Amino acid sequence: MTANRSCRVTPLGDSAVLVQFNQTIDLETHRMVKSLAKDLGQRPLPGMIEYIPAFASIAVFYDMLQTSFTAIRSGLLDLAASLEQQIDDRPNTVEIPVCYGGELGPDLEFVAKHNGLTEEEVIQIHSGNEYLVYMIGFAPGFPYLGGMSEQIATPRRQTPRLSIHPGSVGIAGTQTGVYPIETPGGWQLIGRTPTALFRPSEHPPSLLQAGDIVRFRPISREEFDRRMEQGI
Amino acid sequence: MSIFVLKPGLLTTVQDLGRYGWQRHGVIVSGAMDPFALRLANLLVGNDEGEAALEMTWIGPELKFETDSLIAVTGGNLNPSVNGQPVPIWRPVLVKSGSVLRFTAAINGCRGYLAAAGGFRIASVLGSKSTYLRAGIGGFEGRALRETDRLPLGTPAPAVQSQIRQLQTFPDNSPFASVNWRVSEHSLSFYREKKTIRVMRGGEFLHFNEASRSRFFHEEFRVTPQSDRMGYRLSDVTLELQKPLEMISEAVTAGTIQVPPDGNPIVLTADRQTTGGYPKIAQIISADLPILAQIKPGEKLRFREVSLEEAQELYRSREQELHILRQGLRLNWQQGLRQA
Repeated sequence: MTANRSCRVTPLGDSAVLVQFNQTIDLETHRMVKSLAKDLGQRPLPGMIEYIPAFASIAVFYDMLQTSFTAIRSGLLDLAASLEQQIDDRPNTVEIPVCYGGELGPDLEFVAKHNGLTEEEVIQIHSGNEYLVYMIGFAPGFPYLGGMSEQIATPRRQTPRLSIHPGSVGIAGTQTGVYPIETPGGWQLIGRTPTALFRPSEHPPSLLQAGDIVRFRPISREEFDRRMEQGI
Repeated sequence: MSIFVLKPGLLTTVQDLGRYGWQRHGVIVSGAMDPFALRLANLLVGNDEGEAALEMTWIGPELKFETDSLIAVTGGNLNPSVNGQPVPIWRPVLVKSGSVLRFTAAINGCRGYLAAAGGFRIASVLGSKSTYLRAGIGGFEGRALRETDRLPLGTPAPAVQSQIRQLQTFPDNSPFASVNWRVSEHSLSFYREKKTIRVMRGGEFLHFNEASRSRFFHEEFRVTPQSDRMGYRLSDVTLELQKPLEMISEAVTAGTIQVPPDGNPIVLTADRQTTGGYPKIAQIISADLPILAQIKPGEKLRFREVSLEEAQELYRSREQELHILRQGLRLNWQQGLRQA
């Protein structure tokens, strides 16, 4: 299947270009981004340093002593013209164990009340869906996930927390995500995972990759503590 | 073979040229805010130019040398002295074992760099020794230096060691010995262009209203105290879009100037996020990032527009300049470091 080939290629400063497919977050655009990223990973353009795929764009960084904007641009347009939309029949599925509620998920009660649900129902809905990793960004290993049910959508906290523990699972509006490192943040925290999303000593350092499918599995506090101890 | 930290200074971290190649995993680049100064500090002591060095911010540290060490201090002038005697910057200096190198607050610029011959014996994380503070990775234990830290030094290359021996006579019981040459003023003249930073238009430039576009190039911005290695927050001029713009997160880079809804621009620097969702009014050119790194909070700056072609030409001529310096330094090494 040939993808919709229309894209804009513009400078992102003097040493990068931005390929923008659309200004929408949808599966088709995601597949085009993924497909171009795959091409670039397999056959890097001469002078390319690295690339960053996002929801609807890819930035390509280049060494301006080795290549030019024009050369990179035409290389990218050639690749984009022959893009095969990647439809992955067997995407990599990653299960993330989560201990919901209690001191590890201090906002679970708020999320439940806000949506007229019980805490148990929130957990069932959150762990019942499959989520697509649209992109990794914001922080090392942080996944932007699509697919959360509107039934548990909750606005951000009025006052952001100054420090959020790594592994915290949160909800912000209709998005859900996991904080890989300690950071300030305004998400409603419903649980915590013992699984490290950012592993600087491993290759790749991010547990999740764009295109992966994520499932959350509820675990007990005992299992959480045991996994933390064993580092798994 | 180490440096002992008596006082850490305001924010002293180990940095190299950054952690490239992992941004698609969300890994922040980090690295020296002023890569030009870091590269020269390394070249002055015979290191590979991308070796790790100390980045010292605004108020420098107090360091005790536990071995004779060939060092170079570059970048902003944090007023270094060894045992109370002022030492020159942009020049190789052999510091005698047991001496104390002390910096004060910056008298010019904002960030100084200290390279030591042989570099710092510190493990790389994902290919770089740069400290990324928020994730606690790289550098010295993933954090800024603290009192009583002991930084292990690497072994200088044999050619450098033989030159060190020439300097080791330490005339008149001086705590340090230097050479009779330094980086020429001409090569550093671009730092004097301090108030004006050159930019290219950003992706959303035309989405800003006409008054804001004009203000951006004609008025002075102030660097606020809420500025750090992640970004410079600017004040005094607010910028408005023509109409609200729904943005989808996409990649950003060093020097990206984004404008959040409050209208006060943020310049993204070394520890920036990999992606962002605010409209980008402009993009600082690579050649002027070292100038930005040397502007302190409270100081003012203005922006001037250049084209992509000009930006790349300026970068290439800066690299050409560096190449000439590199060759000159190599010649000095071959002929021996003559003493001042």
